[in-house]
Amino acid sequence: MKQLYSCFLKERLALIPALLFILVSSRVNAQTESDALMIPKNYLCVDAMYSYSSWDHYWEGTFKRNNLNLGTVSTNMYGLMLNYGITNNLNIIAGAPYVTTHASAGTLAGMKGVQDLTATIKWRALTFRSGNNRISAFAIGSGVLPLTNYVSDFLPMSIGLHARSVMLRGMIDYQFKHFFVTGSGMYNLRDNITIDRDAYYTTTMVYSNQVDMPNVRSFNARLGYRSSAFIAEAMIENNTTLGGFDIRKNDMPFPSNKMNATAAGVNFKYSLKSGFEFMVGGSRVLAGRNVGQSNMIHGGVNYLFSLKGKNNKQSQSKPQQKS
Amino acid sequence: MSAKFNIIIFSLITGIVYCSCKKDIKERTNEYPALTPKNIDVNADTWKPVLLTGFSDLTVATPDAVNSPAYLADLNEIKALQSNITAEQKAIVNYWSAGSVLRWNEILRELVAKHNIPPYQNEDGTYPAPSSANPFAYPQFPFSNPPYAARSYAYISAAQYDALIAAWKFKKTYNRAAPYKNDANIQALIPKSDLPAYPSEDGVVAGTVVELMKLLFPTEIAFIEQKASEEKLYRMISGANTRSDWDAGVSLGKQVAAKFTTRARADRAGAAIGTPTIWAQLESQTAATGEMPWISLENPKRPPMLPLFGKVEPFLFDQATVATLRPGPPPSTKSDQFKKEADEVLYYCKNVTRERNAQVAFWADGAGTYTPAGHWDAIAADEFVKENWSEVRWARNMALLNMAMMDAVIVCWDTKYYYFNPRPSQFDTEIKTLTGIPNFPSYTSGHSNFSAAAATVLTHLLPERGTKFSDLAQSAAMSRLYGGIHYRTDCEVGLVTGAKVGQYAVNRAKTDGAE
Repeated sequence: MKQLYSCFLKERLALIPALLFILVSSRVNAQTESDALMIPKNYLCVDAMYSYSSWDHYWEGTFKRNNLNLGTVSTNMYGLMLNYGITNNLNIIAGAPYVTTHASAGTLAGMKGVQDLTATIKWRALTFRSGNNRISAFAIGSGVLPLTNYVSDFLPMSIGLHARSVMLRGMIDYQFKHFFVTGSGMYNLRDNITIDRDAYYTTTMVYSNQVDMPNVRSFNARLGYRSSAFIAEAMIENNTTLGGFDIRKNDMPFPSNKMNATAAGVNFKYSLKSGFEFMVGGSRVLAGRNVGQSNMIHGGVNYLFSLKGKNNKQSQSKPQQKS
Repeated sequence: MSAKFNIIIFSLITGIVYCSCKKDIKERTNEYPALTPKNIDVNADTWKPVLLTGFSDLTVATPDAVNSPAYLADLNEIKALQSNITAEQKAIVNYWSAGSVLRWNEILRELVAKHNIPPYQNEDGTYPAPSSANPFAYPQFPFSNPPYAARSYAYISAAQYDALIAAWKFKKTYNRAAPYKNDANIQALIPKSDLPAYPSEDGVVAGTVVELMKLLFPTEIAFIEQKASEEKLYRMISGANTRSDWDAGVSLGKQVAAKFTTRARADRAGAAIGTPTIWAQLESQTAATGEMPWISLENPKRPPMLPLFGKVEPFLFDQATVATLRPGPPPSTKSDQFKKEADEVLYYCKNVTRERNAQVAFWADGAGTYTPAGHWDAIAADEFVKENWSEVRWARNMALLNMAMMDAVIVCWDTKYYYFNPRPSQFDTEIKTLTGIPNFPSYTSGHSNFSAAAATVLTHLLPERGTKFSDLAQSAAMSRLYGGIHYRTDCEVGLVTGAKVGQYAVNRAKTDGAE
């Protein structure tokens, strides 16, 4: 059975685009932490990626509408990510995006800036093999740390929610020959955020510049074809905010809104023997609450190489090997 | 590496990050101490009221004697309450003991924020208007936008002030002390006061709100009643009032508030929304002068916010004075000066700093907030709680502040619709804003008027704060330029006019008998 040493698939960033009215698309590792790909010990994968997402309809609570004072709200994300194999079963991943937002109508200013660092430890804890079948279990933990003092309380134009958070994910991957299915569940604990106002209204008045950010639960499922050179997959993801409140009719969004979204997408990756990999994909929000109905496309290039030095040329040039 | 080692690293890192998360949010309004007036202002019945012309048409029944069976029954009710105080009741005592005028002002701020959402458009691109005759239908009545909110704060504050002046009069007339003074077995759970308890000052304050809310926030009557019943419980549990003290207070508060309701029904605010004919006239008459008229930057175009609010009857001067306070015209939209000022707005929009952005956000006071007047009430409350004033002085000072802001917005709205000046983003579509673009003309800035009026009053009341309030007003005014929604002239002239209006309140304060 072939063992894949690919870098992550790339739609990481946007998967969640919906999650935040806007932006959560922004998390650079969103994909990597929910795919079952590992790179081998002492390998480093450098990843440059780009994504574009946009929406012209959104949900205020359950009320779906457009807004001619926003037109189409779009987000560009430029991400850089590193993935390193501490062991064949333990990878660390770190990345951060630069994000810009824009509204095609109305007067609201777009925003831009470096958003959050996401650092992930991905551990393949168990692997069972039987003939052409292989089942792997993963435990994945991520920390999110805003890198700049960007404005979170200006939705939908903010580039992020500026919440420190911790994400814990459990994942199971089953592979039969070249076909696979992966399922995972994630819990995202979010810290309070600080805004520039010292009082705000949610469902009551709060006299503080601190905002209690509800936690988020996420499920992700993907299935497809996986070989050493090519991956094609379909994916569906649901994010549910555990708490938070609805945007009232014609009100402004707020960082602690109940932002829910179900998105589906496809991803493709092609790997060259040189260590270069190319990825493209897209996704669409199918249903949501207090989020934009985003369409997202992404593309990226990885370069995978060994840090072991010249005498390791063999594995550098052929990273997709049996383990 | 071993699996064991992997596990250790994994748990260590996730554990560290996890532990750093989630703290309870502390609200500063929950930290306010119990009100302990350093002076009970025993002669407040001689202070100059806003509307009252005497006390002869107010009825407060002679209270039961302290040795009467009825009064003893009231005391026993308090003892029963005090014998079994729940944690929830303790929290109620803790909350309300900070002061009645303070807490009702906070409650009003919350309701303003809740109802401060512009209506969603109809299918045909027109906009529905809230109807006081059918307040629960969408869009609910009211849309508590800045002028509506300023007027609400002013009416409630002024009514509370007048009602408390009357309360002081009847307190002295009847001179019935607090339960904790009449019965040694009743504890005082709040600081003791020598002020007679009948009628209850807290009851008076609550009664004014209950009565005025029928007009101002008719969908919130049940909520207000529930808050009032909490406050009543607080007064009784804390040993400060009997049921009869409270009820007499509510009755008096309602009587005084009714006079303000009568005034409010006739102050022309109800017609301030204008008509389609008036909206069209405003545009055509400005265009006829050769100036660029304001147009709504919303899509679909929304009628201008309360174009006739400048005709509303002010509290501190008569309506005829409004036009005399109106500043001269802004730079012509055809002038180099105007272009230069628009270019300055564009500069700030292209060169955003984090500090200026924070300033814009802090003072945004847009949809879903308690509006600029509420913001200044919040600023004032944070200072007033340090002063340990009597309830009547609290009410007097909030009334001065809020009457000044209401009158400032009347003058400001008169100015806005007299000149009908375009917003920067209308003049130059390159100008993008860091806050929502308000749907009314530019000249002069509402924030600047509100803030200068408030700062003038607050600086008079608390001179030892130095330039604190005028600095805040300056910051509020400039935030509108930095946010891309006002020209510098709008802000600077607005500050001057607002200060002039505030001075009327200061002049009143100097002669109302309280200083």
